[in-house]
Amino acid sequence: MPLTNRSKTVTVRELTLSERLYLPAIFKGMLITISHLFKRKPTVKYPEVQREMAPVYRGQHVLKRDEAGAERCTACGLCAVACPAEAITMEAAERKKGEENLYREEKYASIYEINMLRCIFCGLCEEACPKEAIFLTDRIVPSSFTRGEEVFGKDKLVEPADARVDVTRRQTSEVLEFKQDKKHYHNRTFLDKAPRQHRAH
Amino acid sequence: MSPELIFSIILCVAVFAISLGIAAYATWGERKFAAVLQDRVGPNRAGPFGLLQPLADGIKMFMKEEMIPNQSNKWLFILGPCFFMLTSLMVSVVIPWGSDVTIDGITYALQITDINIGILYIFGVVSMGIYGIMIGGWASNNKYSLLGALRASSQMISYEIAMGLSIIALVMVTGTLSLREISAQQDLGLANIVYQPLGFLIFMVCAFAEANRAPFDLAECESELIGGYHTEYSSMKLGLYLFAEYINMFVSSALMATLYFGGYNFPFQHEIADALGLSANLLSIIQVLVFFGKITLFILFFMWVRWTLPRFRYDQLMSLGWKVLLPLALANIFITGLVMFFLGKLK
Repeated sequence: MPLTNRSKTVTVRELTLSERLYLPAIFKGMLITISHLFKRKPTVKYPEVQREMAPVYRGQHVLKRDEAGAERCTACGLCAVACPAEAITMEAAERKKGEENLYREEKYASIYEINMLRCIFCGLCEEACPKEAIFLTDRIVPSSFTRGEEVFGKDKLVEPADARVDVTRRQTSEVLEFKQDKKHYHNRTFLDKAPRQHRAH
Repeated sequence: MSPELIFSIILCVAVFAISLGIAAYATWGERKFAAVLQDRVGPNRAGPFGLLQPLADGIKMFMKEEMIPNQSNKWLFILGPCFFMLTSLMVSVVIPWGSDVTIDGITYALQITDINIGILYIFGVVSMGIYGIMIGGWASNNKYSLLGALRASSQMISYEIAMGLSIIALVMVTGTLSLREISAQQDLGLANIVYQPLGFLIFMVCAFAEANRAPFDLAECESELIGGYHTEYSSMKLGLYLFAEYINMFVSSALMATLYFGGYNFPFQHEIADALGLSANLLSIIQVLVFFGKITLFILFFMWVRWTLPRFRYDQLMSLGWKVLLPLALANIFITGLVMFFLGKLK
């Protein structure tokens, strides 16, 4: 008794003459292949044409500057601690007098390196950062011929003051609301000075 | 030197260069065509539309390390690809590329040499082509190469019979072995495909097998034999084997066009030439272009088949050759003879 009604009886039989000539089947197959001549190709010709990235895409990192152009990173090391791939290393330095326009706080990262070959682009560094200094962007990490080139230093990570990297898509409405909290006043720009002076007392 | 000699030297060089050029661009065309049939883009980085790709491939082949296996027969190993290339180039000698051109009152035929046994010559040269594969496969001292060479030779022998028999029927109709006369006859009458449709089908299938093209490329069956007869080859010696395959394709396309599809002639050519007032020389040049158009279509057809059909199993290949094509070719001769007898065309 058949278990399902889908079973088929298979018989071994000699091929008919037309089947042995293969010609009808070949003709059918050739029509199928030639029909693909007129199909649209799904290929995106990458360097010239780029697909639109999803808002949550996690690509190459950026070290942000604040509105005045000073680096936000204070070399606290939380990102390095958070990093599951141990891709981030940094060295801290003290801000000298007259460097206030370069670095936002008294401590800054003199060396900040991300090994792009180790990085798994999970975004935990971004989550750990208390200073809103590091973000993952929708940029694709460029390929290179040597491993050494894939260790990105500050020259590649810090955004140029005159060519800012847009990270608003990484800051969802929930994040922005969270930032309204008093605890995070220190991250505000120092253009609205009131809360910072308040903290100093 | 007589002007005839100079002209035939020029023609020789031109045919040589064009064969190589077409073969080079057939590799590009093959990749592009395969890509299109598979919904891909294909080579598009080297030059516009990837047109410099054959150049890049050639440079790559020359720069690769040259390896000759220790246990191989060195001289035969080198001879194999040379011989294969030589035989595939030699066929184009008897192909008529166009009718005559007249320069300074001297008429030159657009054919390197018109021997009155052109078809026999082609068969002789083509059957020698297998030596290139056999020598290469055997001299490699590698079991995969040897198996590939064995397959290639038995395949060639099997399909050459059916090919020859299909040609016999054509020769019965045309009454000549000279390719030039066959072309000229098709100018006066209809293309031979009208008289020999079955013969053309058999000839075409055999041409696929002779050129070692898919679905009959068992000699280099990657899934079983790594690379078949060219497993041990590298650098430009491998390049010669691969390149010669495309020249074979070009030459068999030219043959099919000449024998069955009117050669360099195109419908109403003389009426069109008269209407437009074209000179005989200009008409010849247009004929050459038309001929190359036909060849290109056949090459595209070769590729189309390759990217449609899976490879035959070896026993299927043999039973197709011996049990289907051979009887069909014999029947074709018989029917042709019968029809000619009743139409009173027997000479």
